[in-house]
Amino acid sequence: MSYFRAENLSLHFGGLKAVDSVSFAVEKGEILSIIGPNGAGKSSIFNLISRIYPPTSGRIFFEDQDITEQPAYDIAGLGIARTFQNIELFENATMLSNLLVGRHRHSATQLWQELLFLPSVRAGEKVHRRRVEQVIEFLDLEAYRDKLISGLPYGVRKVIELARALCSEPKLILLDEPSSGLNVEETDDMSFWIRDMKTELGITVLMVEHDMTLVNRVSDRVIALNYGRVLAMGSPSEVQRHPDVVAAYLGA
Amino acid sequence: MRFLFKTDYEDDIRLFPHSGYVVSYGILLAFLAIAPFVLSSYLVSQLVFVCIYATVGVGLMILTGFTGQASLGHAAFLAIGAYTAAYLQQYNVPFPVYFLAGGLLTGVVGALVGFPALRLTGIYLVIATISFAFIVEEVLARWESVTHGNEGMRVKTLSLFGQAVPQNGPAFYFLCLGVLILTIIGTLNLLRSPTGRAFVAIRDSETAARSMGVNVSLYKVKSFAISAAITGLAGVLFAHKLSFISPEMFTLQLSIEFIIVILIGGTFSLHGAVLGAIFLVMIDPFLTYLKDDLPGIISGIFATFGADSVTASKIHSNVAAIASANGLKGAIYGVIIVLFVLFEPLGLYGRWLKIKLFFQLFPLYKRATFKRQKIYVKSERNR
Repeated sequence: MSYFRAENLSLHFGGLKAVDSVSFAVEKGEILSIIGPNGAGKSSIFNLISRIYPPTSGRIFFEDQDITEQPAYDIAGLGIARTFQNIELFENATMLSNLLVGRHRHSATQLWQELLFLPSVRAGEKVHRRRVEQVIEFLDLEAYRDKLISGLPYGVRKVIELARALCSEPKLILLDEPSSGLNVEETDDMSFWIRDMKTELGITVLMVEHDMTLVNRVSDRVIALNYGRVLAMGSPSEVQRHPDVVAAYLGA
Repeated sequence: MRFLFKTDYEDDIRLFPHSGYVVSYGILLAFLAIAPFVLSSYLVSQLVFVCIYATVGVGLMILTGFTGQASLGHAAFLAIGAYTAAYLQQYNVPFPVYFLAGGLLTGVVGALVGFPALRLTGIYLVIATISFAFIVEEVLARWESVTHGNEGMRVKTLSLFGQAVPQNGPAFYFLCLGVLILTIIGTLNLLRSPTGRAFVAIRDSETAARSMGVNVSLYKVKSFAISAAITGLAGVLFAHKLSFISPEMFTLQLSIEFIIVILIGGTFSLHGAVLGAIFLVMIDPFLTYLKDDLPGIISGIFATFGADSVTASKIHSNVAAIASANGLKGAIYGVIIVLFVLFEPLGLYGRWLKIKLFFQLFPLYKRATFKRQKIYVKSERNR
């Protein structure tokens, strides 16, 4: 049995088949990239996994559990975190409180305890903070702790979003175009972090990406999509040489 | 200028970041403690209203300022608290019991309002809460066996542990002040815990909040319930302060006044609720003063510059007619809201922060410091 599995996943908007019976599996501890031209259905697959859209048909399994019917807020609780293509941070909050929201699935305090700020809440806050600081150190974000997100540049926000996802201590992380809008140096950093996430933190990575340099550098396997269907699956070089993939990008 | 060197996670958790806060809040508290013995009874009475309005403001701030859910129905929550007090008082229920019952019942009603509100956002939510307020107003007028309808209800003098606490005495002032302070501390505790952060997360991006494991529906209902419960507690005090309540006291105008409290104070901090309450309560005597004295002042000015007595008295009567026109108060409130939204969207507290920064950075303050800072406006991106 594989770690994460999508079976015949489909998402139709009326006659438009955004995702058309896609099946794939992710092995524990691997980095799997999804590539494809614009509108191929890559982000839609992510939105199906994190239950922003309900699938038209098909099932999703994680650790042998069917998660197709789970409510969206439960997905994080299962250990699946994600980032967004067009950054979805909490703009009018500091970076610290953004990252602490990432710890939400680990908070166990009751409302009345929080109103009185009992010692248990205080202790919990310190545990959360220690975890957050580890992530801050991992991603070199020390300079921005008390800065409001609305005042930070795009490249930094991108990293903070990754940090927020890591704060939830996920088992599987979904990265939606982690390098979009980043310059060459920042993309380099990103590729190191993605590899470190796999080797040091033991997180399985599912990634949508356009930058083929990044894909080649970090991916164990690649899936190519077009018009909601899988074109090819395999190692990065295999997929790039696949005639259907070449045709999809360059025209037949 | 003060530099804070943080050496412990506790530094980011405690309510007062440094000793300066303790000193300034200590001075404020000392002033508030001696206020009823040095100020005129009229001003003390106004201070009681400030406390009650500020308590409601804190409640509304949790919902609107921190969770991003607008409400124009808070007068109804206040009414439910007030009527619970008046009703239970008839059966000689002691104050602590009906005080908490008022908060609890209002909280439950707030949660019930929260459920339909889950599917509504922005202007539609405002309309839904207005309709809720109208329903409550109508129920209060029609359910005569409980509320005595439009006749209204008399609220007996508050008695606490066998002691009478008249609504004009210092004891009642301290009671209201205590409730306000406890509400603020409780709310601050909430805001530095997971629940408060979940509220802010929902305000800024529901999609992201959900993907981080926040049960958005549950937390919205929680926010409605907490906000309503606080308003209900304020309602009990409100009933005692006025010693008589009737449905026409809890109209849309009152809900708008509560919105003014947080809008003018500044919707991003609890300071805003208190500053807004001070502004709103203190503008009322100012308006009354204008109404009484403005005609005399203006005709006096004209008379000084050579207008004859006939013209002067004509001006006097015209100005007096305008000043006592119906709905003038509402119009002035409207103008104030518009001016604040246009020129100081961060409210009085935002202005205070700017003034503070000016002196901290003097002489290096740049006017453009706040120019680029965007104010919270709910965008219509995916939720």
